[in-house]
Amino acid sequence: MGQIVLEQVTKSFGEVTVIPPLDLTIEDGEFTVFVGPSGCGKSTLLRLIAGLEDVTSGEIRIDGRPSASIPPAKRGLAMVFQSYALYPHMTVRKNIAFPLRMAGLDKTEQDRRVKQAAAVLNLTDYLDRRPGQLSGGQRQRVAIGRAIVREPAAFLFDEPLSNLDAALRVGMRLEISELHNRLKTTMIYVTHDQVEAMTMADKIVVLRAGHIEQVGSPLELYRAPRNLFVAGFIGSPRMNLIEGPEAAKHDATTIGIRPEHISISAEEGRWSGVVGVSEHLGSDTFFHVHQTGLAESITVRADGEVSFKHGDRIHMTPRDDMIHRFDDKGSRIA
Amino acid sequence: MSTKASRSAARLMLAPAVILLLGWMLVPLTMTLIFSFQRYLPLRGGFQGWVGFENYVRFVTSSAFWPSVQATVIIVGGVLLITVTLGILLAILLDQPMWGQGMVRILVIAPFFVMPTVSGLVWKNMFMDPNNGLLSHLWRSFGADPIIWLSDVSMLSIVLIVSWQWLPFATLILLTAIQSLDSEQLEAAEMDGAPVLSRFWHIILPHLSRAITIVILIQTIFLLAIFAEIFVTTQGAFGTRTLTYLIFQRVLESQNVGLGSAGGIYAVILANIFALLLMRIVGKNLDR
Repeated sequence: MGQIVLEQVTKSFGEVTVIPPLDLTIEDGEFTVFVGPSGCGKSTLLRLIAGLEDVTSGEIRIDGRPSASIPPAKRGLAMVFQSYALYPHMTVRKNIAFPLRMAGLDKTEQDRRVKQAAAVLNLTDYLDRRPGQLSGGQRQRVAIGRAIVREPAAFLFDEPLSNLDAALRVGMRLEISELHNRLKTTMIYVTHDQVEAMTMADKIVVLRAGHIEQVGSPLELYRAPRNLFVAGFIGSPRMNLIEGPEAAKHDATTIGIRPEHISISAEEGRWSGVVGVSEHLGSDTFFHVHQTGLAESITVRADGEVSFKHGDRIHMTPRDDMIHRFDDKGSRIA
Repeated sequence: MSTKASRSAARLMLAPAVILLLGWMLVPLTMTLIFSFQRYLPLRGGFQGWVGFENYVRFVTSSAFWPSVQATVIIVGGVLLITVTLGILLAILLDQPMWGQGMVRILVIAPFFVMPTVSGLVWKNMFMDPNNGLLSHLWRSFGADPIIWLSDVSMLSIVLIVSWQWLPFATLILLTAIQSLDSEQLEAAEMDGAPVLSRFWHIILPHLSRAITIVILIQTIFLLAIFAEIFVTTQGAFGTRTLTYLIFQRVLESQNVGLGSAGGIYAVILANIFALLLMRIVGKNLDR
């Protein structure tokens, strides 16, 4: 079991309020991602749940139990840190066994669980090495191993992939998702990378300055961002935001259209502009179009084979059913 | 520094320093070696011929030799024990955020700047004096008989004085080591269910092991040679005669330069054995 409920939780460091009153429910077995720009309070929120920081007011309930008086070790949560926080003087085996040793399990049981975790994480050959002799990805797996052996009610991940290179990050992303499918344990994952959030989450919590901007499944957030911030944050490349007369045509202050919802043509279209930089990814090409009279630059996704050159004049047509409308406060107009 | 001209120029410019250092070290060492094979009593006839290894045999067979080795070991060991233990505790304490941190740190380091002779005299006359010392006043205020520190518990007194001097050094090195500990490691251990003491034992202490070895190494080399603290307090009486002090007495009090020099060579060999031993331990520790 691993349901986590936050009720009117606040956190201040001295005069500075990092988290204004916040309510959130994380259901048992859910993969929840906290996402937001740096300094938005997502890590603080995770640390509050872990018990590494005390809440200033409000209540966190884990499986229905108020957690205020429960020390971190007794909350049944395991945390994977950004720096991995492995113990450098211990072998991988001892690192993974550390929580079991602290819990006072007998040697054979410790060994059994360590072997099991090592098998799951492909670490069996590295058990007698020290963290210093492992690559970044392997260290990451040891950190996860140390979390798994405790059989926690929920896993907490604090930007676990941000120290890995791009290729490894994609691989570890898959591994963590696989792990979640297999263990079916609640996971809370903090990241500033919206791609990680979109690909892994059952539920995304978008945070800004301690406020929850929107909670929902990745596709809900993609299809119906509740405000301009979420619209700009979710989706890659970013949604094009257009103000002025063009927005007024749709009875809105701002309209948003994603790059993938604009079709492109050399001859005709509703809007036109001059191609600036084009990014060829092979499967797709992203054109950054300037001098459109709408916004400083509009990003358009096209097929990988479409080739316009720098300086070409092109025409663009947005899909009308994919236009997001926002009012003067930045909120979505249904 | 790659052309022939620049290399020879570099050698030329380094030469004075190298020659000076070599001379500084080699001349006294050679002289000690030469004296150690002579019967040389400056006030009682001066040079009286070569005696081979007689001085060496006499030095170790004298009844003062083994007690002096024992005194040296006790002082070095005692000071190391006190400074390392208290150093770790103080370092942990000073690592905590507190008001006036900078000021407190400077105060903690201060004893290191006091000259050994001065600190020995201050301790002897202001703290440990049986009549007017602060400690005797303290004892009397509880109605107890003051301890006559430097004669009744002479060894403990010397160890305390020297520890007081070297504690700042240990604290300073251990404090910088503690500050380099990743706080996430401690948090991870906390999440893993390690209580405060286990965290100290399993995380902080192993992290400090390297710094502790360095503290022990450097302090041992300096502690083997302490002299001023003994000279100004007990003058080697009451069982506080260390090897260094014994050599001093042989040369200056008995005016037997030959015998003292033989002792000096023993001390050099001993210190080198110890240094090599420690270097290997440190080297092993640093490899990890």
